[in-house]
Amino acid sequence: MAVPALKLDGAQTLLAAAPEPSGEASWARSVRQAAARRLAERGAPVRRDEYWRYTDPQSLTCQPPVAAAPFENDEAPLFGGADRLKLVFVDGVFSRELSDPVELEGIEIQPLSEALSTDIHWARELFGVLEARGQTPVDRPMAALNTARATEGFAIRVHGRPGKPVNFVYLHEDALSDAMVHNIVRVEAGADFTLLENGPAAARFNKVLEVDVADDGAFHHVRAQGRDHERRAVTGTFARLGARSTFKSFTLTVNGRLTRNECVVEFTGDDGIAHVAGACVGEGDFRHDDTVFVTHDAVNCESRQVFKKVLRSGAMGIFQGKILVKPDAQKTDGYQISQGLLLDDDSQFLAKPELEIYADDVACSHGSTCGAVDETLLFYLRSRGVSRGEAEELLVLAFLDEAIAEIEDPALADDIRARLAAWLARRRR
Amino acid sequence: MLTIKNLHAGLEEEDKKILKGVDLEVKAGEVHAIMGPNGSGKSTLSYVLAGRDGYDVTEGSVEMNGSELLDLEPEERAAAGLFLAFQYPVEIPGVGNMTFLRTALNAQRKARGEEELNAADFLRMLREKAKALDISQEMLKRPVNVGFSGGEKKRNEILQMAVLEPKMCILDETDSGLDVDAMKLVAQGVNALRGKDRAFLVITHYQRLLDHIVPDVVHIMAEGRIIKTGGPELALEVEHNGYADILKSVA
Ligand SMILES: Nc1ncnc2c1ncn2[C@@H]1O[C@H](COP(=O)(O)OP(=O)(O)OP(=O)(O)O)[C@@H](O)[C@H]1O
Ligand SMILES: [Mg+2]
Repeated sequence: MAVPALKLDGAQTLLAAAPEPSGEASWARSVRQAAARRLAERGAPVRRDEYWRYTDPQSLTCQPPVAAAPFENDEAPLFGGADRLKLVFVDGVFSRELSDPVELEGIEIQPLSEALSTDIHWARELFGVLEARGQTPVDRPMAALNTARATEGFAIRVHGRPGKPVNFVYLHEDALSDAMVHNIVRVEAGADFTLLENGPAAARFNKVLEVDVADDGAFHHVRAQGRDHERRAVTGTFARLGARSTFKSFTLTVNGRLTRNECVVEFTGDDGIAHVAGACVGEGDFRHDDTVFVTHDAVNCESRQVFKKVLRSGAMGIFQGKILVKPDAQKTDGYQISQGLLLDDDSQFLAKPELEIYADDVACSHGSTCGAVDETLLFYLRSRGVSRGEAEELLVLAFLDEAIAEIEDPALADDIRARLAAWLARRRR
Repeated sequence: MLTIKNLHAGLEEEDKKILKGVDLEVKAGEVHAIMGPNGSGKSTLSYVLAGRDGYDVTEGSVEMNGSELLDLEPEERAAAGLFLAFQYPVEIPGVGNMTFLRTALNAQRKARGEEELNAADFLRMLREKAKALDISQEMLKRPVNVGFSGGEKKRNEILQMAVLEPKMCILDETDSGLDVDAMKLVAQGVNALRGKDRAFLVITHYQRLLDHIVPDVVHIMAEGRIIKTGGPELALEVEHNGYADILKSVA
């Protein structure tokens, strides 16, 4: 089927809007060019695309971006209590002054631009590679754009167990910033790494994370997308999992005008584990879209998708989650749950769960629910003296907790819980 | 303590009257029992008193310690000293028992203008009260009532009552589902709270509970009204003869 001119023109506009990176190694240049071609041939996203039906990509592709005032608040930064290597970006640009020295025992780390200017074999095998794999069978044009143009970000290779996590902090200062960041992480065999990300990042943020976990490796990802009401973001997380490896990614989103989080996971070795979870709370002109694609192409792997959305005053939550089990992926254990909690009649939760199974010996289940706060529970709490507002908060936190519980490190999970509780309590006052 | 006058109430959604003129006065320091056939409106009375949605009060009034109870939100009634031990306590996944109890206690204290209890003092107090009811640390850590057996749920209700120290306690069939030993624990829990500033309204089907929690007054409820009031001997009469004679005698 011919790609509509609207999509093709849109792709050209996107590519023209961001400068072509220069001065990079020839291998990097060809990766960039291939990505640009992917986008040029398949076109920019439009509302008519199957996976953009519920989320209008217009404000993600328009030129220039819609202004988004940075949101002033006096909250202590998240993960501030954790011992971590803090790397700060301001409107998508790495700031050496605000960051810790870029070094950590147990990892090789360097800015993406450096990695792409030299001939680092592991980076060659990763940059743009997982993103390109993730383009089939579903187009991910914004991620292709990111590979073609993003110059900010880090390349990280993990050996062993670094003593602390790396924390990307994305600050937003410029109301018109249009930022792209591309991070690649290679977790070597038996290594174990935790990546933390938080902050609103930019007026418009396009972020890609490619994670390659070798056999017996583990990657933990906890992310909190900043609370700016006006910001827009499209993110793509692409993971490839070796044998007996673990991938756990959790995202907290509170507010933001539009967030589209895509996550593409592929099991290539047996006995892997992948948990992808998200908790979001939004009100008013808030749209949050989780689009997840898990491919089982190995034996005895376990995947879990747990997504919870609390919506109020016209907010809209979207979940599109797919589990694809290839013919040889026997003993697959796939689980998927997506739930919307609507705090009023104006809000909406749309879910599109998909299972596509070609193996015969698998256990896959999925469920999706959408409803209001349970009045019986609310009354029980109130009858003990808890105010309606506080009772609702307790139930909201309880509802989200199934997703938060997917975070393996209890201290990080408690950080997220405390942050959420504080946000909810502040709302009440 | 509690004065109910000519209370009429029905369902909001359907045209169904359940309480058809309940009159009841419970004085401070007293224990009253309510017995009555299934469906006579005992739980409905307790829900209306606690302020549950879905009921329409069409006539009558309820006064508790001088304030008009029916004008208050459920949480205000609790802060004013009302407590209902539910016939069917609900499970609340994701809300820890301890968090719940502490939130509730502090919310009530705050509403009354008292200082909130700090975590350490609260924990000490809770441990002690849980022990008396044979509720394990592990149960305290679990989400509210989740995975509790029927009897454990009832004991947990009494624990909540012990922690919140309400003035007017309504127990809706707290004895059903309890084994003999648990019943004794629950009765001990209730008796420990008995005092001149506190009153109890105990809804039950069985005389057995009243052996342990000896009531001052026993009421028989039928078809939405209190049809007979007497002393503890009334419960014995019900135990032996059922409700038929009593219903006939007032008909
Ligand atoms: N929400 C409701 N919807 C429909 N009917 C109701 C509802 N609540 C109460 N009723 C009806 O009102 C009547 C009184 O019920 P209630 O639960 O108060 O009785 P009870 O005296 O507590 O009975 P039991 O001894 O069995 O606990 C019953 O006929 C019951 O079916
Ligand atoms: Mg009842």
